[in-house]
Amino acid sequence: MDSGDVNAPHSMGTTIIGVTYDGGVVLGADSRTSTGMYVANRASDKITQLTDNVYVCRSGSAADSQIVSDYVRYFLHQHTIQLGQPSTVKVAANLVRLLSYNNKNMLQTGLIVGGWDKYEGGKIYGIPLGGTVLELPFTIGGSGSSYLYGFFDQAWKEGMTREEAEQLVVKAVSLAIARDGASGGVVRTVTINKDGVTRKFYPGDTLPLWHEEMEPQNSLLDTLSAASPEPMVS
Amino acid sequence: MNLADSTPAMNSLLGSEADSQRTLYPYVTGTSVVGIKYKDGILLAADMGGSYGSTLRYKTVERLKPVGKHSIIGASGEISDFQEIMRYLDELILYDNMWDDGNSLGPKEVHNYLTRVMYNRRNKFNPLWNSLVLGGVKNGQKYLGTVNMIGVHYEDNHVATGFGNHLARPILRDEWHENLTFEEGVKLLEKCMRVLLYRDRSAVNKLQIAKITEAGVTISQPYSLKTFWDFSAFKNPTVGAEGSW
Repeated sequence: MDSGDVNAPHSMGTTIIGVTYDGGVVLGADSRTSTGMYVANRASDKITQLTDNVYVCRSGSAADSQIVSDYVRYFLHQHTIQLGQPSTVKVAANLVRLLSYNNKNMLQTGLIVGGWDKYEGGKIYGIPLGGTVLELPFTIGGSGSSYLYGFFDQAWKEGMTREEAEQLVVKAVSLAIARDGASGGVVRTVTINKDGVTRKFYPGDTLPLWHEEMEPQNSLLDTLSAASPEPMVS
Repeated sequence: MNLADSTPAMNSLLGSEADSQRTLYPYVTGTSVVGIKYKDGILLAADMGGSYGSTLRYKTVERLKPVGKHSIIGASGEISDFQEIMRYLDELILYDNMWDDGNSLGPKEVHNYLTRVMYNRRNKFNPLWNSLVLGGVKNGQKYLGTVNMIGVHYEDNHVATGFGNHLARPILRDEWHENLTFEEGVKLLEKCMRVLLYRDRSAVNKLQIAKITEAGVTISQPYSLKTFWDFSAFKNPTVGAEGSW
């Protein structure tokens, strides 16, 4: 099946998630953009608007995902005008597929399209490398997603409420950030339903602490004065 | 709107920029498909896995699809290429229906069309990275064929793709016979799929079985197979050779 390890699909910096709930979708992502070992942008916005009711989570090459989003936004805009009503999530996903599939040799970007339309309600489409399109109740992507397969196998359930879905997404991105060097920064979520779009922002200090992570403090000096006579242990 | 649909820019022959004009390797892949002829028609089986390298990433990928009234297709290999093949086939069937002449494409014709598509892409060094099984019944005639990414194609009483060739076909060579009943056919396919589940790393335990007869196509709901691990040799593998593994 494979022609050597060099050709096995390799993961890309980022953690992105798309989840459906009863009434809409929640999209989530971290905010780290890296060039090699350097973090070029620690507060990027990887959840990009395509139309009023459809957003896309971007992973992989920043340039490739940006240009694909720009083209799809352009085509969807025309489509909306010609259609006379908001385009459906499926159409957006298919446009992304066309670009991803027909340029598969040149592009390196995995995308998650999510949104709400009046015909199908909230929908999530996963579009990994190669241009396969899969409509799914939830999907994860990016290098950080490797650490989340087990988590979602256990924690995902059908028919969650909006709050449950948002909490699940935030927890998941936060867990991925803890273990994936290519993911980090803040957690951003975008919730889309019949009432519109809501953006939320979770800075690092509001996220739960995981194994071996400690409560941040301003300085050692704070503990030095407050603690016992021998706080500096040799 | 042609911009997105048009093929990438014209390129020179093999060499410098050629890499932008050929599929190098697959990303999301499906594993074996197994097919047999039986008394009333054809049975196809495939699991619902979409692997991403060594990760079993997607577990509800439908790899068996009806084609027109008389055929079913099963695909292994790159899923995005299979989705594209389904678009070609849907267009083929549409055009066939638009003739409105009472004739409809049978499985042999569809298989031939696919063979031409696959072989021509192979000649351009830009293959559709799939191995396909095409089965169907028309006017009482059963047909079961296969074609792969290099254009190799043939028909037989039982066919398989990928690992299925190595694990399922020997079982079928031994146990297939003319005029299997539906129940016998399903049991035989399940036997093959179970072995594949044990021995193929990219297999997942969720499968569908598709049936096609003169009456039409049915594809089962997804289901899982029981597996058997309760053997004394498994419980105590190193008895009689302590220290071995």
